[in-house]
Order: sequence, then C-alpha cells, then structure tokens
Amino acid sequence: MIGLTDFLLVSAALFCTGLYMVVSKNNAVQILIGIELMLNAAILNLVAFGRFDKINNGGQVFALFAIVLAAATTAVALAIILNVYRRYKTIDPGKINTLGD
Amino acid sequence: MSMVKILFYVMATVAVFSGLYVAASKNLVRSIFMFFVTLLALAGLYVIALADFVAITQIVIYVGGILVLILFAFMLSGKETLEAVQQQKDRFISLSKLPSVLLALLFFAVMAYVFYNSGADNLTWTKQAVQTGQVIKANESLIENIGVNLMTRYLLPFEAISILLLLALVGAAHLSRKEQQA
Repeated sequence: MIGLTDFLLVSAALFCTGLYMVVSKNNAVQILIGIELMLNAAILNLVAFGRFDKINNGGQVFALFAIVLAAATTAVALAIILNVYRRYKTIDPGKINTLGD
Repeated sequence: MSMVKILFYVMATVAVFSGLYVAASKNLVRSIFMFFVTLLALAGLYVIALADFVAITQIVIYVGGILVLILFAFMLSGKETLEAVQQQKDRFISLSKLPSVLLALLFFAVMAYVFYNSGADNLTWTKQAVQTGQVIKANESLIENIGVNLMTRYLLPFEAISILLLLALVGAAHLSRKEQQA
C-alpha cells in the first residue's frame, strides 16, 4: 500500500506547478491550464483519502463532482476567452485594462 | 519493492515532470499536448489509489472533453496566442519570472513541511477505518456502491451540480454566440 504522504507530496508538487503557471504566464489559455493542474491536485487528494471510506465513498463521489465542476468552469472560461479575443484582439490578461465599451 | 510501489513512483514522476514541462514550455501547442500526458499519469495514480471509476471519468471528461475544448479555443483565437507566448525571453529563468518561481517553491516547502509533520500516515480515523475493515481493497469493485451512494446519500449535491452544469451550458452558449447587429 502506498502511504498517504506520498500522494500528498505529488499533489503538492502539481499544485505548486499550477500556482506558478497562474502567477507568471501572460496567456489566458496557459493560466487556464494552470488552474486545471491545481484542480487535479485537489482531486488527487480527495481520491487518496477516499480509499479509507468504503461504505460512503465520500472522497470518490466528490472527486467526480469536482471533475464535472472543472468541465463546466472550463467551458465558460473558454467562451469568455474567445469573447475577449474577439473584442481586444489579445488574450494577455495584463493588456486587458479597459471596460467593454 | 512491490510492483504497486514501482508503478506509483513511475506515474508520480511522469505526472510531476510533465507538469513542469507544461509550465516551462515556450510552445503553447506542445504544452497542451504535454498536458495530455499529465492527465493520463494522474488517471494512473487514481487507479493506484483504488478509484477506478474516477480514473475512467478523468480520461473521458478531461482528456476527451476539456483538452479538445482547449485546443478548439486555441485554434479559434488564431495567431495572436502563439505570438504572445513566443515573445517571452529565451533564457531558462528570466529575472521577471523569479518572484513567481520563488512563490511556488516556498509554497511547496510549506506544504511539504506540513505534510511531513501532520503524520498523515497514522491519522486516527484512517487507523480506525483499517481496523473496522472500511478500507477499499484491491480485489473488489465498488462501482455499484458509488452508483447507489450517488442516488441516495449524495442526491442533493448531485441535483445541485446538474443545475449548475445546465447553467454553465446555457451561459457558455450565450457567451460564445455571434454578436447581433442591433
């Protein structure tokens, strides 16, 4: 059996990679990928702890919910990115500093 | 060293290093395709954590859905996205990236410190679960149990998430439609 600390360390590394991407990238798509990495780190933790819950399956069920939430978020975020590109002709979040009209 | 341990370390290494490559790559398409590898390695880690259904869902939704969506958005938004990426400096760690690298490394140090000191391997409730036989074993399938739980114990979150999914669908369709000439 793999210990919980190993899973936690892997997910911490993935989370910090995602954090680095969110903070440092200047492309909205790459920031979105960073957010996905952070979400996946959280799901890994849910699954690792969910092994000790055989009757209720709390961890696994909420991991499923988190995956579905991530899908919904990504669809909306990509629609927003496309809209922003159509209006400003750039998707660098640092250059988008005016209101819609 | 057992087979499971070797597989775990292989999967973990692949996941972490492909994640680092995704973060470090200058080419957006390359980093998106490397993100495939990260997600597949994570699905392998879920299998090792004995959550096969979550692993299948991960492959179907993330690899089949979200990444294709990201690729579509990337192709629709044209050349500008590529140029924005390639304007970055070619050095490995440029000075402007130093604060974010520092932030991520310090955050990782804090998290690793907390994980080592919290003693996650001998928590009381996990020990209790081991004693009362509540641990999922490798030779049993719990997919039926997940289905039953989803429809009984977790019915309210299930309904809430379906409404949210509908809202996100309508919202995304509304946001990405063509502008009306008004």
